[in-house]
Amino acid sequence: MKVRTFGRHIREGGKNIVRNGWMTFASVSAVTVTLLVVGAFLLLIMNLNHFANSLEDDVEIRVFVDLGAGEEEQESLREDLDDLPEIGSVDYIPKDEGLEAFIDSLGEQGDYFEGLRDENPLNDTFVIRAEDPQETENIAVEIEELDHVEGVEYGRDIFEQLFSATDFIRVVGVVLVLGLLFTAVFLIANTIKLTIIARKTEIQIMKLVGATNSFIRWPFFIEGLLLGTFGAIIPVSVLGFGYHRFYETIGENTGLEFFEFLPTFPLVIQTAILLLAIGAIVGVWGSIMSVRKFLRV
Amino acid sequence: MIQMQDVWKTYPNGVMAVNGISIYIKKGEFVYVVGSSGAGKSTFIKMMYREEKPTRGEISIDGDNLATMKEKHIPFLRRKIGVVFQDFKLLPSLSVFENVAFAMEVIEESKANIRRRVMDVLDIVRLKNKARFLPHELSGGEQQRVAIARAIVNNPAVLIADEPTGNLDPDTSWEIMHILEEINDRGTTIVMATHNRDIVDSMRKRLIAIEGGRISRDEVRGTYSYES
Repeated sequence: MKVRTFGRHIREGGKNIVRNGWMTFASVSAVTVTLLVVGAFLLLIMNLNHFANSLEDDVEIRVFVDLGAGEEEQESLREDLDDLPEIGSVDYIPKDEGLEAFIDSLGEQGDYFEGLRDENPLNDTFVIRAEDPQETENIAVEIEELDHVEGVEYGRDIFEQLFSATDFIRVVGVVLVLGLLFTAVFLIANTIKLTIIARKTEIQIMKLVGATNSFIRWPFFIEGLLLGTFGAIIPVSVLGFGYHRFYETIGENTGLEFFEFLPTFPLVIQTAILLLAIGAIVGVWGSIMSVRKFLRV
Repeated sequence: MIQMQDVWKTYPNGVMAVNGISIYIKKGEFVYVVGSSGAGKSTFIKMMYREEKPTRGEISIDGDNLATMKEKHIPFLRRKIGVVFQDFKLLPSLSVFENVAFAMEVIEESKANIRRRVMDVLDIVRLKNKARFLPHELSGGEQQRVAIARAIVNNPAVLIADEPTGNLDPDTSWEIMHILEEINDRGTTIVMATHNRDIVDSMRKRLIAIEGGRISRDEVRGTYSYES
């Protein structure tokens, strides 16, 4: 295509947008609302994922060795553990070390337990991390069956609740977002249909004098692209500034050690690019849907 | 130039518009197509510029086989054919010059070419002095001349006119006919569907009459009705 022709297509596409003021407004608004919700869910889900990942990294299985187990038995247990598939790492914490860490972690109050050093009540412990944190539970069950194991401990409850919460939010988000996306596509398709009807004679003449279909399609394609991209501007800026403010005031110092929000950058940039892309795709999709019918001879 | 071989057209609703037509039109001919409304004349004309596709039979225009032609090739066929309608089909918001230039813009001609060629054809239809006018500022005859200018601006081999004088008074109709004759003299093949008995009978040309979807007469210098 020649550059001059491309310029013409952009001009024509722009003209259509101005000519159908209200429908343009309606479809841009639809995209705006859709992308606001999409973007908010994106930010939420990305933060939840981040949270889930950081928790998952902390998930470990503590295997308490039988108090009566001697050195040989411990050695054979260790071999059994190493033989398990899906094991990421195995650390050994002898009971003296465990007690030391325990006393240290209590600070001054730890002094009360100094007396325990003579008669250590703790077990020797293996600390195990699964290769895939989601497998933690299965591995724990397997370990429980091994010899010389007194007990197994892992953060089962938090873990399961976390996974079901993130799954729920993902499902709700996806359903809502898909519904809104279709509404936006539909509105854009209708807007462009109006501009096509307004230009019916023009298109008829274009076809008669030998314009190719792609030549006729281009202005509508550009119109859709512009509608979708315009619709993304407000959500991108609102969510961008909003998240930035939120992160500066609350997000950075939640006072919760285990929960930290993702920093503004690059999260906001990624979201912006994604929203602009979705806007553009929705716009183009709407325009292609409505033009297709009119171009059949 | 135009050849039809046993062409049939049945519409999806069952109407049989054309029932076995074969014709041959030579390059540079001027042909009238007459027939009452509903005789299949419109379908016959529309098949020439591939607005309608024949159900059966062969049509070739300037070497292109329309029956086997792929959709995406149709625009290039249309560039070889100019079409003029009874209702002009001008774009009301564009000037005379722009309406004619439009046909060249959509096939991506250069600006300089467009300017030169549009003024040339406006000269042929004698509207050079009204290039800046809008269609509603022109008379019916002038509007039809703009439509003719647009139809011939890309130098088509064939000009198809579907009742070009249908909306015009007798004097203006003659004006249009003289222009068409002039275009024909320059070598363009012209096929004109018409109901205008006066014109057909006094400006004698080859005449094809269609009745019930078939050719009922094909005469070298025919008259509108059977000569008694």
